[in-house]
Amino acid sequence: MRISAPKAESKNASASASADDGFELRSLQDAFDKDRRYKASEEELLGFYQTMLLIRRFEERAGQLYGLGLIGGFCHLYIGQEAVAVGLQSALEEGKDSVITGYRDHGHMLAYGIDPRLIMAELTGREAGISRGKGGSMHMFSTEHAFYGGHGIVGAQVSLGGGLAFAHKYREDGGLCMAYFGDGAANQGQVYETMNMASLWNLPIIFVVENNQYAMGTSVKRSSAETEFYRRGTAFRIPGMEVNGMDVLEVHQAARIAIDHVRGGNGPVLMELNTYRYRGHSMSDPAKYRTREEVQGVREKSDPIEMAKAELLAMGVDEDKLKDIEKAIRATVTEAAEFAEKSPEPEVGELYTDVLVGKY
Amino acid sequence: MAIELKMPALSPTMEEGTLAKWLVKEGDSVSAGDVLAEIETDKATMEFESIDEGTVGKILVPEGSENVKVGTVIAVLNGEGEEAAPSAEAAAPAAAEPEAKTETSAASAPERPKSAERAADPEVPAGTNMHKLSVREALRDAMAEEMSRDDRVFVIGEEVAEYQGAYKVTQGLLEEFGPKRVIDTPITEYGFAGIGTGAAMGGLRPIVEFMTFNFAMQAIDHIINSAAKTNYMSGGQMRCPVVFRGPNGAASRVGAQHSQNYGPWYASVPGLIVIAPYDASDAKGLLKAAIRSDDPVVFLENELVYGNSFDVAQLDDHVLPIGKARIMREGADVTIVSYSIGVKFALEAAEKLAEEGIDAEVIDLRTLRPLDTQTVLESLAKTNRLVVAEEGWPACSIASEVIAVCMEQGFDLLDAPVMRVCNEDVPLPYAANLEKLALIDAARIVSAARKVCYKD
Repeated sequence: MRISAPKAESKNASASASADDGFELRSLQDAFDKDRRYKASEEELLGFYQTMLLIRRFEERAGQLYGLGLIGGFCHLYIGQEAVAVGLQSALEEGKDSVITGYRDHGHMLAYGIDPRLIMAELTGREAGISRGKGGSMHMFSTEHAFYGGHGIVGAQVSLGGGLAFAHKYREDGGLCMAYFGDGAANQGQVYETMNMASLWNLPIIFVVENNQYAMGTSVKRSSAETEFYRRGTAFRIPGMEVNGMDVLEVHQAARIAIDHVRGGNGPVLMELNTYRYRGHSMSDPAKYRTREEVQGVREKSDPIEMAKAELLAMGVDEDKLKDIEKAIRATVTEAAEFAEKSPEPEVGELYTDVLVGKY
Repeated sequence: MAIELKMPALSPTMEEGTLAKWLVKEGDSVSAGDVLAEIETDKATMEFESIDEGTVGKILVPEGSENVKVGTVIAVLNGEGEEAAPSAEAAAPAAAEPEAKTETSAASAPERPKSAERAADPEVPAGTNMHKLSVREALRDAMAEEMSRDDRVFVIGEEVAEYQGAYKVTQGLLEEFGPKRVIDTPITEYGFAGIGTGAAMGGLRPIVEFMTFNFAMQAIDHIINSAAKTNYMSGGQMRCPVVFRGPNGAASRVGAQHSQNYGPWYASVPGLIVIAPYDASDAKGLLKAAIRSDDPVVFLENELVYGNSFDVAQLDDHVLPIGKARIMREGADVTIVSYSIGVKFALEAAEKLAEEGIDAEVIDLRTLRPLDTQTVLESLAKTNRLVVAEEGWPACSIASEVIAVCMEQGFDLLDAPVMRVCNEDVPLPYAANLEKLALIDAARIVSAARKVCYKD
């Protein structure tokens, strides 16, 4: 513990809060604003496009299987938000950097290269599912890929992410944790408890607010006194970044800046990704809190996949090539859905396994 | 390829709905995301979107149809370049049979596997030196030994480092292991319980100290929802080897908010190990076992016994089995089952009962989950009479659980109803006289033991 003499606090002592030791809320944002878009090679952009499209088609199929009664309970789709997980996670080192998120987790897993068949089979509650059918949509994990869930309690993943970052630092393994949460979770107290400790202990963590504008049915304006979420780390001296979450190249560029900062041993970063979910909060949400026109407007003007596609065409990528990609993804998703439908349910004996690890 | 559009389930509980309105007509071309129809469920009107591109073929269920079963084919969508001609078999709406649905009513739970061979406390070799150790020192030594043994083990909590522990349980650890492994936190239980749990998921072995378990209520979501359930929810992938420890139960004159026994709360949760030792030997041996366990452990101490000293065998590695009760005193007439500080009162009561010619056996449960029902039932088979003594509220308690076990599995062994001796069913008062009245003591255990022996 550092014990120092009380500071002579005076508002006049410095023009800004940053003057004493250089903290500036916008220090990273300023660097980002100079050049907001990543200059992707054709191959890289094709990769982003492909993963985003996989998420889109996968989620559409999940919605369909839900409608058929093959998926039960809660099912939160990532449609519209694809550029966030893809842009960010493509900048991480898979297997070394850990990722943790809330219940809207399918996209983050697909972005980390996890087999869509295992995810879909978990959605249908089958033995072959990634959690062997015992977790469901909201509770999926892959320790192999350093994907730590998949958590159903709003905001819990942020403290847990703080713990993963703590473990990276403790083991000195060079990894960092990317902890995603929504604009709804951003109002949970434990998020700020964690920001405080993460900054105090200089933990390697990137807090990612996926601001999709609605916490279930409550718009950001109706729930949050400060709607600029990137500012919310100011009290803990965490620099913030405000990013267009509908543009995968902007997301990727911002991620690289944030990751450099964290890997440099400078402590946490808070990123706000402004995005939009096209579907309801979960499958059973009629989404009456917003107009059809609002949703259509975003889809038509800012769709991340259409934007990437247009950019690829402008780069001179052959349209047939994109069609082939689309076809291959459809086949992958169809195969995943068939796998998920045909796989058997867990053996009844599985009811009692995995409660405890040890024998007592 | 024609795609059958089926009546969707739009909520976890929907079985049928009303097809309120078609927003497309036959021959319309649609793309993914276009709204095809409005469907009314019991809760709301939902929009039914197209998942694929194509041309609307035949509409099979007209708008206004009520009680349309989930899975019924309501329309056909033709893919690119296909004629808008419905196939013959799709012409008549038919309720689909979702193959995946299993009859849960007919299914019964399979036999629960029996637990493993029961471990016994390791033999203490003859001639082993015994030394007096306070519970506080025993806990400290357990942590220090495990920290030396395994560099993944660290201690985190309020005042654990520089202050040497609010109750001095972590005394000297900072000096011995340094600030990387003995970490003071801000007063932020929810947050640091989450960080501890996350660090365990990330491969470390945290010991999370709560200044008292009363403050762990701020953090109980992580103990239960994050730590206890994740291994199961992940199909056995995600380990969470964390120990949550600290004083539990009534202290002295600290009032209702600082005086509560959480044993029954945590012991009701599958996925947790719950340990509540009484003496120094068990405190040391079980805390070492808890730290080594691959499961999340709630380790409940008691402030009032921290300073009490007991004989502890001087062994290089004193580790005791989790899930095993200990017979503290053998007897033939009545069994007194207890744990934590209750054991102290139970032993006092046994002394008094002996003076009256009643030979009481005292069992310290030590682990509250999994509960060692076998030791309890074996003792009941011997004495046929049983009292449970618990420093805690009576309702939904460990006492209730032990009584249920005796009823279910030992009914024929009972010569008298099992009685429980618990705290009064009130928040703990501050006034010295009222506090004394509210808490269990040896006299009340003696009285209950006499009753079940019909010697009252």
